[in-house]
Amino acid sequence: MAELEAVIGLEIHVQLATKTKMFCGCELSFGDEPNVHTCPVCLAHPGVLPVPNEQAIRYALQIGAALNCEIAPRSIFHRKNYFYPDSPKAYQISQYDIPICGAGRLGDVRIHRAHLEEDAAKMIHVGESGRIHGSGASLVDFNRGGTPLVEIVTEPDLRDAAEAAQWARLLRETIRQLGVSDVNMEEGSLRVDANVSVRPAGSEELGTKTELKNMNSFRFLQRGVEAELARQRQLVESGGTVEQETLHFDPASGSLTSLRSKEEAHDYRYFPEPDLVPLVPSEEQLREARESLPELPVARIARYEEMGLAYDVALTLATDPRTAGYFENVVEAGDGIEPRVLANWVTGELAAALRQAEVDGGAADSRISPPDLAKLVRLVQEKKISHGSGKKVLAAMVKGGGDPEEIVEREGLAQMSDSGELEAIVEKAMADNPDAVEKIREGNGKAIGAIVGAVMRETKGRADGGEVNRLIQQKLNS
Amino acid sequence: MKDLLQMTALEAHEAMVAGDLAASEYTAAWKEAAAGDELNAYLWRNEDGEDSKAIAVERDCVAPIAVKDIFTTEGVPTTAGSRILEGYRPPYTSTAVRKLLEAGAPILGKTNMDEFAMGSSNENSAYGPVLNPWDRGRVPGGSSGGSAAVVAGGLAPWAIGTDTGGSIRQPAAFCGIVGLKPTYGAISRYGMIAFASSLDQCGPLTRTVSDAALLLGILQGKDPCDSTSVGLEGGVSLPDREDLSGLRFGVPAELGHDEYDSGVRTVFEQTLRKIEELGGEIAEVSLPSSEHGISAYYVIAPAEASSNLARYDGVRYGMRAGGDGDLVQMYETTRSEGFGPEVKRRIMLGTYALSSGYYEAYYGQAQKVRTRIAEDFSGAFADVDFVVTPTAPSVAFGLGEKTDDPLAMYMNDFFTVPMSLAGIPAISIPAGLAEPDDGGPQLPVGFQIAAPAFGEQKLLDAAYALEQGIGFDARPEGLGG
Repeated sequence: MAELEAVIGLEIHVQLATKTKMFCGCELSFGDEPNVHTCPVCLAHPGVLPVPNEQAIRYALQIGAALNCEIAPRSIFHRKNYFYPDSPKAYQISQYDIPICGAGRLGDVRIHRAHLEEDAAKMIHVGESGRIHGSGASLVDFNRGGTPLVEIVTEPDLRDAAEAAQWARLLRETIRQLGVSDVNMEEGSLRVDANVSVRPAGSEELGTKTELKNMNSFRFLQRGVEAELARQRQLVESGGTVEQETLHFDPASGSLTSLRSKEEAHDYRYFPEPDLVPLVPSEEQLREARESLPELPVARIARYEEMGLAYDVALTLATDPRTAGYFENVVEAGDGIEPRVLANWVTGELAAALRQAEVDGGAADSRISPPDLAKLVRLVQEKKISHGSGKKVLAAMVKGGGDPEEIVEREGLAQMSDSGELEAIVEKAMADNPDAVEKIREGNGKAIGAIVGAVMRETKGRADGGEVNRLIQQKLNS
Repeated sequence: MKDLLQMTALEAHEAMVAGDLAASEYTAAWKEAAAGDELNAYLWRNEDGEDSKAIAVERDCVAPIAVKDIFTTEGVPTTAGSRILEGYRPPYTSTAVRKLLEAGAPILGKTNMDEFAMGSSNENSAYGPVLNPWDRGRVPGGSSGGSAAVVAGGLAPWAIGTDTGGSIRQPAAFCGIVGLKPTYGAISRYGMIAFASSLDQCGPLTRTVSDAALLLGILQGKDPCDSTSVGLEGGVSLPDREDLSGLRFGVPAELGHDEYDSGVRTVFEQTLRKIEELGGEIAEVSLPSSEHGISAYYVIAPAEASSNLARYDGVRYGMRAGGDGDLVQMYETTRSEGFGPEVKRRIMLGTYALSSGYYEAYYGQAQKVRTRIAEDFSGAFADVDFVVTPTAPSVAFGLGEKTDDPLAMYMNDFFTVPMSLAGIPAISIPAGLAEPDDGGPQLPVGFQIAAPAFGEQKLLDAAYALEQGIGFDARPEGLGG
C-alpha cells in the first residue's frame, strides 16, 4: 500500500478586539461577572434588530488585506438557524455564500475565505465532565454572546501536524501585529479547529475528513492532529474507512471523542439575514485597510532571508517587531558587518545576556545602544577580542551600558596578539594535562577541550579559541 | 367646537396647538371611551398606573393613540397576541412608540391582534377575537384588527398597526377607515416584534387621510437602531389636493372578476368613475406575476417567521413550560403550549421551505417571483402614477366562517400582498358600503391605491382628493356621522 499522506486544513476563529459587540452597543469584556454586558439586542428580546459594528468591519478588511484576500464588493449576512441556549436568537448571524474576504494566501497556505460573524454565549456545564453530556446543570453567560468574530478558513494545504502548528503561529503573529485581536488561545480569543484526512501519497483526491475541536494551544493543536492522523492511518491501513465526524480533543488524556457524526449534522437552514443590508465597503475603507497594514511577518521574513538571515532567525525577529527594529538599527550602525552575524548577536548572545541578567524587556529596552552593539561585534569580527571576551563585554554592557572599547580596556580583555606568549601557555597546559594529550593521540578528539579550557583559564578568555586549537594540533603533530 | 370624540386627530391637534382645546380634557374623554371597549379590541389600557410610567408623555399636544400589541413598550405588557409572551414586560420601548411619545401623543392602550400578526381576521389571537364594530358577528380583519376596531368603534382617535401582507389595509377596509402601509424602510422596525422581517412595516390606521399624513410624519425617519430604515426624504406634508387632473390610475388587466364579491366590484367601479369625475384618467396596466404573489408570500413570510419565532424558547423571558430539567423537552413543551395553530402551521411551512434540498425550489423560487412582481410594478409606474385595486375580495366576513380553511383565509391578502412583496406604499380608503354576497346589512368596502416606492406624499395627496370626492361618512351604528 502506498504511504498515506496527511491533508490538513484549519478553521480559525478570531475574536476582534473592538470596543463593543458585533450587533449592539454592549462593551466587550473578559473575566467580568457573568451577564453584566447584555442588552435587549444581545439577549434577543422580541422586536430588536442588529446594527453592524463599523470597527469590526474595518478590522475584517484589515485581516483580509493582511491575508491577501479578494475583498467582496458586496457581501451579505445570513442566518444560521439552530436551537441551543448559547444562541438567544436561535440563529447566529454569519456569512454564507458571499463572505467579506474571498481567496487569499499567507505564506505557503492558501486562504479559502474569511468572514464576519458573532460569537455565541458561553456555556458553563456544572459537573465533573465540564461538558454538556453528563452535567448536572448548564449555565449561560451572555457577556461573550455577540462578540465580533472573523472566521478564517484555509485550503487543505498543510501536510503534517508540526507544519499546521507552525503556520497557525504565523497566522496568530500576523493578526496580533495588526492589533485587531488579543489572539489569546487560552482565553479563547483565538480558536483553532482542524480538518484532518489522509490519502495515498500522490493522490489528488481528498479523503474523508474529521473535524477536531477544542485545541486551545499550539501544542495541543499539534498533539491533537498527530493523534488523529495516527488513528486514521491505522484505520485505513487495517482496511477500515474514516467516518466523517466532529471530534473533541482532551488534552489531559490526549484522547479524541466523537461529538457528532455526519448523520447528526445540523441542517442550519441558512437564508439571507433580512434585518441587515449588504456590506459594501467604500473605496476609502479599502484603501485605509491596505494602508494601515504594518510590515507583516511574512514580508519581514522574506526581506531578512534576502539579507542572508537563516529562516529561524528571521522568524524570531519577525514575530517580535520591536527587537526587529532594534536589529535594523544595529545593521545600519554596523555599516558593512554582515546582517547575518549581527542578527545572531541580537537574537543569540544579547537575548541570552538579558535573560541571564534577569533584565525585563527585550533588546530595544536594554541599556545597549545599537551603535555600541555594532561596535562590539566589530571588535570580535576584527579579532581585537575573542568571542568569549565579547560575551563578557556584553554582560558588562547589559548591566551598566557603556562603550565596548572602554570596557575592553578596563577589563584587559584585548586579544593576545603575541603568539609567542600564547604558545608558552599552550605548552604549559599540555604539560599539565598529559592524560588529555594521551587521549587525543589515541583518537579521542573531545579530550582537546580540557587543554583549551586550561588555556582560557590562564588567559582569562583573551585567547582566540581557533588559534589555541591550531597551536595544540601543531604541537601534537610536531 | 365639535363633540370631542367626533373631532379628527388633526382637528384636535390644531385646536390644542391654538390653545382652544385642553389636552388633558381631550385625552380624558378618550380614556373614558376606551374603557367602554366591548369589542375585545384592547389587551391593555393605560390607566396611568405604576406600570405605564416608562411610557408617560412629557408634553401632551397630539391626540392619544392606540398601539398594536406588537410594539414593545417598556414595562407595559406586550404579547403580540400570543400566549407565549403572556406576562412579558419588555425592558425597552420601540422606536415608533418612542417617536409618538416624543411628539406628545399619550398611549391609550395596546390593541388585540392575530398572534404574531399571522392572520386576516383577528381570530388567531390567543386572547380571543376582536369584534367588528359594524357587526359584532363579523371579523374586523387582521392582523391589526384591534387597531382598526378601536378607530372605527370610537375607542381611539387613531392607531398604529403593522402590515406584512395586508394587515393594515385589509382591517382598515373591513372597518371603514383609512389604513396606510408605507414604503418598506419608511418607519423604523426597531421594537416591532418580527413576523416576516423583509415585509413588516408599521403604519397608521385613521379616520381620515389627513390624519394618516400627520401620523406618518411623526413616525417616519431613519433610525440608527434599524439598518434597513431610510425614512422619507423631506418628511410628510398635510395633503390639500382638490382634484386628480393629470394623474393616471392603472387597473391591473389581470384583475379577474372571479376573485372578488359583486358588491365590492360595484363600489370599486363607482370609485373608478369618481376618479374620472375628479379629472383623473383610468388606464389598464399589466402585472402578470401578481397572481403568484400569494404563493410567493406564503413561502417567504413563513420562512422568515420560522427563524424570527425560534427565540421563544422559554429560557430568557415569556412563558416556560415543562422540561423537568431536560432542555429539549422544555423547548418543545413551551413552544407547543405557547403557540397557537396558525403560528405552528407557518413555522412548519417555513422550516420546510428553508430545509437543505428544498431551499431553491421554495425560498429561492419565491424570491424570484418577488423580483418579478417588483419589476411588474416598475413597468406599470412607467405608464401610470398609481395602481388601484379593491383592498379585499369581500366585505367583513362572519366570525368562524373561514377558520377551518386556511387557504380561503390566505386569499384575503390577494390584492394587498403584491405591494408588500414589492416594498411599495399602498393606502386603503373607505369607498362605500356594500351588502355581503350572502346577504345582510351593508358593510364598508376599501379602495386600495399603490404608488412607487417613497411616493407617499403623492399617494396621500391623491387619496385625500379622492376621499373628499367620495365623501364617505358612514359610521357604525351608535357612533353618529
